[in-house]
Amino acid sequence: MSTWKKVLGVVLTAAVCSVGFVGCGNAKNDSGLIKVGIINNDPNESGYRTANVNDLKNTFTEENGFDAQFSYSLKNDEQISFAQKFIQDEVDYLLLSAADTAGWDSVLQDAKNAGVKVILFDRTIDASPDLYEASVVSDMNKEGETAVEWLKNQNLDKYEIIHLQGVMGTAAQKGRSGSLTDTASQLGWDIVSQQTAEWNAEKAQQIVQSAIDAGKSFNVIYAENDDMAKGAVAALDKANISHGVGKDVIVMGFDCNRWALEELKAGNWNYDGQCNPFQSSYIVNIIEKLENGETLADKTIVMDEKGFDAATITDEDVSNYGI
Amino acid sequence: MSKMSTKPVSKGGQLLSSILHHQLIIPIAALLLLTVFNLIADPSFFRITLGTNSAGHPVLSGYLITIIDYGSELAILAIGMTLVTAASGGQDISVGAGIAISGSVLLRVLCGTESRPETLQAPIIVAFLVCVVVAMIFGAFNGALVAYFKIQPMVATLILFTAGRSIAAWINNNELPIVSDETFSFFGGYIPGIPIPTPFFIALICFVITWAVLKFTTLGLYVQSVGINEKTSRLNGLNPEMIKFITYVLLGLCVAVCGLIKVSRLSTINYSVIAKDIEMDAILAVALGGNALSGGKFNMGASILGAYVIQFLTTTLYKFDVQSDALSAYKAVVVILLVVLSAPVVREKLSSLLKLATSRLRSAKSPT
Repeated sequence: MSTWKKVLGVVLTAAVCSVGFVGCGNAKNDSGLIKVGIINNDPNESGYRTANVNDLKNTFTEENGFDAQFSYSLKNDEQISFAQKFIQDEVDYLLLSAADTAGWDSVLQDAKNAGVKVILFDRTIDASPDLYEASVVSDMNKEGETAVEWLKNQNLDKYEIIHLQGVMGTAAQKGRSGSLTDTASQLGWDIVSQQTAEWNAEKAQQIVQSAIDAGKSFNVIYAENDDMAKGAVAALDKANISHGVGKDVIVMGFDCNRWALEELKAGNWNYDGQCNPFQSSYIVNIIEKLENGETLADKTIVMDEKGFDAATITDEDVSNYGI
Repeated sequence: MSKMSTKPVSKGGQLLSSILHHQLIIPIAALLLLTVFNLIADPSFFRITLGTNSAGHPVLSGYLITIIDYGSELAILAIGMTLVTAASGGQDISVGAGIAISGSVLLRVLCGTESRPETLQAPIIVAFLVCVVVAMIFGAFNGALVAYFKIQPMVATLILFTAGRSIAAWINNNELPIVSDETFSFFGGYIPGIPIPTPFFIALICFVITWAVLKFTTLGLYVQSVGINEKTSRLNGLNPEMIKFITYVLLGLCVAVCGLIKVSRLSTINYSVIAKDIEMDAILAVALGGNALSGGKFNMGASILGAYVIQFLTTTLYKFDVQSDALSAYKAVVVILLVVLSAPVVREKLSSLLKLATSRLRSAKSPT
C-alpha cells in the first residue's frame, strides 16, 4: 500500500488527538497575586457551562489580582488528579465544580492539611462540610417553584400541560419537575403528556408532534430547558398552533439562553427561568472576606435567580442575563 | 425432497420456507406486527390530515407522516452503515459525532464569523459541499484507521466518538449559530406548496442513487466479497483495503446529508445532544434488516426498511404515552424480541419446525 496514505492517516490521527488534549497554563510565582486553581466541567457540555467558564475566566485575571489555573474534565477521577496537582502547586484557593458527588473526602483532607482553602461552586458534594469553606449553588427546587408560581398567576380557565422533562434523575430535572407535579395534583391541573426529551430539541419536537397527531388539547408547554422549548415550538409552528403572549399555547423554558430571551422579547414565548451561571462575583466576595479574616455567615450560598415574563422583559435583561 | 417437489403441497412448503429465509421477512414482519398492534389499539394512528402550517403553506400531518419524516435521516445513515458493516465486519460508532461536526461546518460557512447573521454569508449549496468534503475527510480518517492500520472498527471510530462533539463546538468557537433565513429550513421542513416533508424526498433521492450504484457498478459485489473473505478477494485481484476505505468515505457522505437535515430542522445546533445515540439506532437498523453484523452479504432494502421500523416503534411508544423513564426499557424489550427472532439459529429452527409440520400434514393426508 502506498506510503502517502499511511502518512495521511498518521497526520490525521495526530491532528484529531491534539484537539482532545486540554493544556494547562504554567504556574507562576508572582507574589501579591492570589493563586487559584479552578476545576470545572467541560465547557462544551452546554451553553450554561460555556457561560460559566467564560465568567470565571473573565473574573480571575491578573488585573483583578489573581493567578488562576484552569482545568476541565467531565470525569471525577481526572478532576481528583487535577486537584492533587493544584495542591502540590500550593495554590491558595481551590475552586471546584465536581463531576460526581462522591469520592472527594481524601483529596479535600489533603487540601485542608496543606492549607488550601476549598470553595465549591455550581454543584455540591457528599463530604463533610468541614472540608470546604463555602459552596455557591443554584436552588433547582426554587427555580421550579418560581416558574409554577408564575404559571399559577396566569389564572387560566383550564390548565392542560405538556411537560417535557430533562434527563431523568439530574438535579435540574428533579427540581424543575417536582413543584409542577405537586401543584398539578393539588390544584387539579391536567398534565396531558409527561415525557423526557433528555434536554434534546429533536426529541421534544417529536413528543409534541405526537400529542398534536393524537388530537390532544393543551394550552401550556412546560419545557425544562430552552432547547426543548424550541423543539416544541417547531412542532407547534408545523401544525399552525399559535403560541406566545395572548395566543393559544403558553411556552415556558429554562436557562435564559440569549436567543431564548429574544424569543420572549418578541412575544413568541411566555416565560423563561434563570439558572445562574455567573458565580464568580459570589466567589470573589467569599475570597475577599476570607482574606480579610472575616468568617462567613453561611456556608451554603444560594444565588439569586430570576424568572422572566415576556410581558415585562426589557432589552437590558436580554443582554445582561442572556447566556 | 426433489422427487416430492412435484406435489403441490410440498411446493407450498418450499415457498414458505424460502419466504422465511428471505432477508426482508424480518423487517416486514416487524412492520406488520406494529401495524396490526396499532390497528387494534387505535386505528386513528393511520389517519392523515391536510392542514396548513404557521407560514400558511399546506402540510400533511399524522403519525405516518411523522414516521417517514423522522425516519429518513436514520434510513440515509443505514445505507452507509450497511456498506461499512458488510465490508469491514464492524460498525462506525462515530456517526452521531460526525453529524455534529458536519452540522457545525455547515452553520459555520452559512453564518461566517457572526453567530446570528441577518443574511446568509454563503449560498446553501456551497456550505453543503464544504460540509460534504469535511464529513468525507472524517470518514476517510476512520476508513484509513480500519483499512490500512487494521484497527477494530469500533475502536478506530471510538476516537471520533469521543472527540467529535468537542471538535464540533470548537469549529464554531463554542457559539450556537442561528440561521434566520427561511429557505434553509426547507430541508428539514416543507418546501412551500408541497405538503410532504422534504427529508423524505432527500431520502428517496439517496435510495435511488444507492440503487443505481449497486445496480450498475460492481461496488456491491466487491464489498460483499471483501466482507466474506478478504484473502480470496485479494487473490481475485480486488484491493480489500481500498474497498473498506471507500465504504467509510461513503458513510461520511451519508453523515453530511443527515447533518444538513438535522441542522435544518431547527435552524441551529446543540453540539452535545444533536443526533445523540443515533449510531445505535443505525446499527440496529442494519441488524433488523437481517444483515450479519460480522460482515459479508447484505440487503440494502432490508436495512432501509429496518430504519423506518425503528422510527415506527419510537412513534408508537410516544403515541401511547409510555412513562418517560420506562421508554427505553420498552424499546429494549421489542428490540430483543426482533433481534432474537432474526438470529439465523432461531430462523433455522423455525423453518425446520415448519417443514416437520408440513410433512406430517402431508403424510396424514396420503397414508401410503
